Amino acid sequence: MIWTTTKRVIKSGFINFWRNGSVSLSAVFVMIVALFMIASTLLLTAFLGTALKDLQDKIDINIYVDAKASEESILSLKKQIESLPDVKEVTYISRTQALEDFRTRHENDHRIIQALDEIGDNPLPAALTVKAKEPSQYESIANFLSNKSELSEGSNLSIVSKVNYNDNKVAIERLSKIISGVKRLGSIITAIMIGISVLITFNTIRLAIFIARDEINVMRLVGGSNEYIRMPFVVEGVLYGLVAAFLTLILFYPITYWLKNATQVFYGGVDLLHYFVANFVQIFLIIVFSGIALGAVSSYLAVRKYLK
Amino acid sequence: MIYFDNVSKSYPDGTVALNGVTLSVKQGEFVSIVGHSGAGKTTLMKLLLGEDHPTTGSVSFDSVNLKKMKKKDMPELRRRIGVIFQDFRLLPNKTAYENVAFAMEVAGKTDEEIASDVPHVLELVDLTKKMWNFPRQLSGGELQRVAIARAIVNHPDLIIADEPTGNLDPINTYEIVQILKKINDMGTTVILTTHNKGVVEALGKRVITMDHGRIIRDDSTGKYAL
Repeated sequence: MIWTTTKRVIKSGFINFWRNGSVSLSAVFVMIVALFMIASTLLLTAFLGTALKDLQDKIDINIYVDAKASEESILSLKKQIESLPDVKEVTYISRTQALEDFRTRHENDHRIIQALDEIGDNPLPAALTVKAKEPSQYESIANFLSNKSELSEGSNLSIVSKVNYNDNKVAIERLSKIISGVKRLGSIITAIMIGISVLITFNTIRLAIFIARDEINVMRLVGGSNEYIRMPFVVEGVLYGLVAAFLTLILFYPITYWLKNATQVFYGGVDLLHYFVANFVQIFLIIVFSGIALGAVSSYLAVRKYLK
Repeated sequence: MIYFDNVSKSYPDGTVALNGVTLSVKQGEFVSIVGHSGAGKTTLMKLLLGEDHPTTGSVSFDSVNLKKMKKKDMPELRRRIGVIFQDFRLLPNKTAYENVAFAMEVAGKTDEEIASDVPHVLELVDLTKKMWNFPRQLSGGELQRVAIARAIVNHPDLIIADEPTGNLDPINTYEIVQILKKINDMGTTVILTTHNKGVVEALGKRVITMDHGRIIRDDSTGKYAL
């Protein structure tokens, strides 16, 4: 009996979906908008995440070492800095390396190269580039480096000629503030978007069921139990969600393709299309599941009003 | 079978729809209830269907007080009562066949029973040819015949027909009344409300006359007297 009922309920859900063509169509359209909002919020968050991460990777502090210091003492200083808990990685750039990098960076600038050639000697110091795990940790690292007494027993810090943290301090602080601000804004936007899409879907389905309220009444008079009346509507809601989810995903392909060019101009590192394709299964599951859940729950709640 | 015990019904706005109605209907009877609009006929039907409950007094169906019935048992009761309305109340997105089949589905009948009974009932009301038409493709008389088919398909103990001929022309009215009479001849109790004088007089069955929420006449082979 349960099987027969399930079969009838599903069948009648499909038939209602098909025969109420115009109502179904508008419900599907509204749900596309809602799911689209959810999907674009997801992509936006991913985009922001990657962009911020790239930006974070660009932050570092350089420790310039005295020209007279031996390679050995520099390497032992490197080890010492690496042992700090906040430090993610330390890169050693030797004097020759620094010169080479400088030459490649300015290879189109003849006057600088010429000046360099004229000096003859290598004017560039060796440097250690320090990356912290979090942008907010640079300050403590810089403090540590400037506090020479702490390391006096190894006396390695005496070879440090300059730490450029103070020069970059304002920029680094501002950047880390922006990063945490953007993250917070991102989650607020996500919450608002999802809230709005839930509301518009619920209201559309409520209207669709409002149209059917007389039918619900007739079904009750004929002796339909509440569940038997309600379930086809829930099936219909699930169908709205499914169809809308598939259409949304199909729409997203050309849109991310188009955005790919736009975003790459704005910021080189992120390829939304690539992200969309690479995480397709995940996005697919999220969108389809949100569609089904939105449709089913909205229908369930909307019919309840007429079954009292 | 049906017993109204001193039933009154008043609405929050102060309207008194029924005022001390006592009435019993036996199994197999054909009862016509007549009266002007607002006399309380439709309220009587609503109370019988458990759609509403009396302010005072009680309504019983097969010795069960409807007010004491649990909400989840109401669908069960409604499957034992076939209802026919003036405005047909068919499901617009279902064909004639599906409308009748729906009543059997909710009663938990098997697919085989549905496949054999529905065409049979539709043949009884002479709609075999229009079985697969939607309500919007049918005339008023045809719609009411679908509604009757739906009402009788589960072999109910009672048929309630609330002004079933109100929207129909004389020829269709005659046909519908003949069908109701046939159903009654097969043993089903029928309660009919109407204000069509011709219908009542042609039937020659029990007539209850109502006015302002009271029963003013109850004749066993009555006439339309208003």
